[in-house]
Amino acid sequence: MGLTAQSSGVGVLREDYLQETAGTEGGLVVALAGNPNTGKSTVFNALTGLNQHTGNWPGKTVIQTRGQYQHGEEKITVVDLPGTYSVLANSPEEQIARDFICFGRPDATVVVVDATSLERNLNLVLQVVEITPRVILCLNLMDEARRKGIDIDVPGLADRLGIPVIPTVARDEKGLDELKNVVKQVAQGTPVPRPAQVTYSDEIEEQVAQLEPELRRLLRETPFNPRWVALRLLEGDETIANRIGAFLTDQGEVAASRSTAGCPGAARGSCRVVADCPVAADSNCGTVAGSLDGADSNCKVVASE
Amino acid sequence: MSIGTSPSAQWLQLNQDANEFRKSRGEALHDDIVTSIYRQAETIADSVVHVDRCDGRTDWDRRIDDLVTSRYFGYPLMLLLLAGVFWLTISGANYPSQALAWLLFGLEEKITLLFQVVGAPAWLHGMLVLGVYRTLAWVVSVMLPPMAIFFPLFTLLEDLGYLPRVAFNLDQLFRRACAHGKQALTMAMGFGCNAAGVVSARIIDSPRERMIAILTNNFVPCNGRFPTLMAMAMIFMGMDVASAYRGLVAAGVIVGLVLVGIIVTLLVSWGLSKTLLRGVPSSFTLELPPYRKPQVWRVIVRSIFDRTLFVLWRAIVVAAPAGVLIWILANIDIGDFSLVQLAAGWLDPFGQLIGLDGFILLAFLLGLPANEIVIPILMMCYLSVGSMLELDSLAAMRELLVRHGWTWLTALNMMLFSLLHFPCGTTLLTIKKETGSWKWTLWAAVIPTVIAIAVTFLTAQGARLLGLV
Repeated sequence: MGLTAQSSGVGVLREDYLQETAGTEGGLVVALAGNPNTGKSTVFNALTGLNQHTGNWPGKTVIQTRGQYQHGEEKITVVDLPGTYSVLANSPEEQIARDFICFGRPDATVVVVDATSLERNLNLVLQVVEITPRVILCLNLMDEARRKGIDIDVPGLADRLGIPVIPTVARDEKGLDELKNVVKQVAQGTPVPRPAQVTYSDEIEEQVAQLEPELRRLLRETPFNPRWVALRLLEGDETIANRIGAFLTDQGEVAASRSTAGCPGAARGSCRVVADCPVAADSNCGTVAGSLDGADSNCKVVASE
Repeated sequence: MSIGTSPSAQWLQLNQDANEFRKSRGEALHDDIVTSIYRQAETIADSVVHVDRCDGRTDWDRRIDDLVTSRYFGYPLMLLLLAGVFWLTISGANYPSQALAWLLFGLEEKITLLFQVVGAPAWLHGMLVLGVYRTLAWVVSVMLPPMAIFFPLFTLLEDLGYLPRVAFNLDQLFRRACAHGKQALTMAMGFGCNAAGVVSARIIDSPRERMIAILTNNFVPCNGRFPTLMAMAMIFMGMDVASAYRGLVAAGVIVGLVLVGIIVTLLVSWGLSKTLLRGVPSSFTLELPPYRKPQVWRVIVRSIFDRTLFVLWRAIVVAAPAGVLIWILANIDIGDFSLVQLAAGWLDPFGQLIGLDGFILLAFLLGLPANEIVIPILMMCYLSVGSMLELDSLAAMRELLVRHGWTWLTALNMMLFSLLHFPCGTTLLTIKKETGSWKWTLWAAVIPTVIAIAVTFLTAQGARLLGLV
């Protein structure tokens, strides 16, 4: 609904400062992913009560935005990721979204889905549940789907995907209370969903099966899903390979020197790798890896336990 | 892999294994993975989605799209829509403008009386009332009503889903200019705020085309410049035709200016593609989102608060201190002239050459922090050099400008210069941040300025040569 004070003028320059706040102040962090133009920003605004720029055109949200809301006793920080059709890192936006879900370690990821074109939107959902099981599907634009005579078997969908599915009409704030409840449950891990995984060709599955046991052992102290990492290695995704490699190297060093005693706050929350300002860094140059290495090294204590 | 090997060594080994497998498979592997994901999505969707019957609604969407993106009707419809928005704005803003002016200048008398009652010194009254208050009153009465009408209307179009259709229409032109079709979307964003437009260029993947979009975003008038354009159009354009058509003429002039902005954008994009940023355009798919019923009430509320009052407030907070400064400069004399007169006098020969004057150029230079304050500063400059005039209506406004030698040509060149000149300070800083380069930031200031000077020089000299003024 038009530019806002935050998204224009000096507000544009202030973007970086907004990024650093999450993760450091406690509470739960929820990432908001979704295809372009599915009403992601509307969901964001409805959840946080903010008035971020929404508009009916794809590719509008290029700035990663954060907002907060209180749910019961929990303070929940919502990170609105750029709209993407996939998280295979084919473009800067896709990489930003993927990196945040993977390395930003949100407590839960909500994928906002356009109910009028479920099939296309499911591609993204299937990719996200490979990275993390803590996913909630927000089936938005239900009113539009109904008007077009599209009927979706919601329990059936939740069953097939193995994650919670919440139908919403974010513009009218319908279904949001339910969404908030489920977000809190998933973020707190009560229960952690067990999403169904995509089955690949026999040849690929065979290779994954070969790599996975080793990876499972290597990555057992990390949040990374071995199956997903195996697939990325097979694909030759160098960013992922390098970053996880660096992560493991740090871990080894700490184990060898044993110089650091256990980090008192070594729980998920305090050691979350905040992918600080990936947007700005990515789009300008390759500094994102640099800034994340620093963040990664904060986490080596967790891994060494 | 033996026990005791370090995790990083094991990791490297795993990487190697994976690499070998990939080499044996070649390119097909990525496609394989993607295909499997798509197939699974299809299977799931098929099992849970039931389409009752097509009741023709989607058909309706399509029919509108065929019309608004049609080869023959696309552009005319676009221009008509834009003209309609401007016409509604201008004709609708006139009456509230007069009413606000009457109210605020009525208040000025009361304030002056108050100053006299408490026995405030004349210089204080001069600075605060004649300098600051008067200018702000003018800003509010001339800028507020058009903004309060224009911003909600424009935002409604955005909410409806019209902007991607505009991008679709313009795509071919951008392609011919060797630029990216998505640049039209960044332009649409620039209509709100050029700094936001520059940031939105991130949706363009190719660095070359992204840079072109950043460097040319300035050529669409932003929130801060629309009020200037509208005020100029309302005051000077269409004054010679019957009053019924005045609004139409003024709206036509603004549409013309937007067109000039788009043409310059295309030409500069093309020029950059042939010189500094050589290359071929990349292709992309643009999705036309469904039309959605706009959230009318929220649009109105948000566009009033986030755009109208925001812009107005920025104009006020920057213009008020500037008012004090200018009043002081106007009252410090060196020899026979005040500092303002000296500065303007120094700029004047050049200003005259491009159909403006020294004061206007001074206002543009001092207006670097925000485009909103160019007109207020100009008013202050003119008022500070003597002519004590009651600015209680647009006609009086026109009178003031005419006394300073304004003609329709001055107004036109003022609009052109506003449209084409260097970006505001915030936008320049954003460009620095986005490109990470002072060199490109400098280009972003130099290119528009050179164009603005060239265009205004040509119109001024052309009009004088043809004896139009």
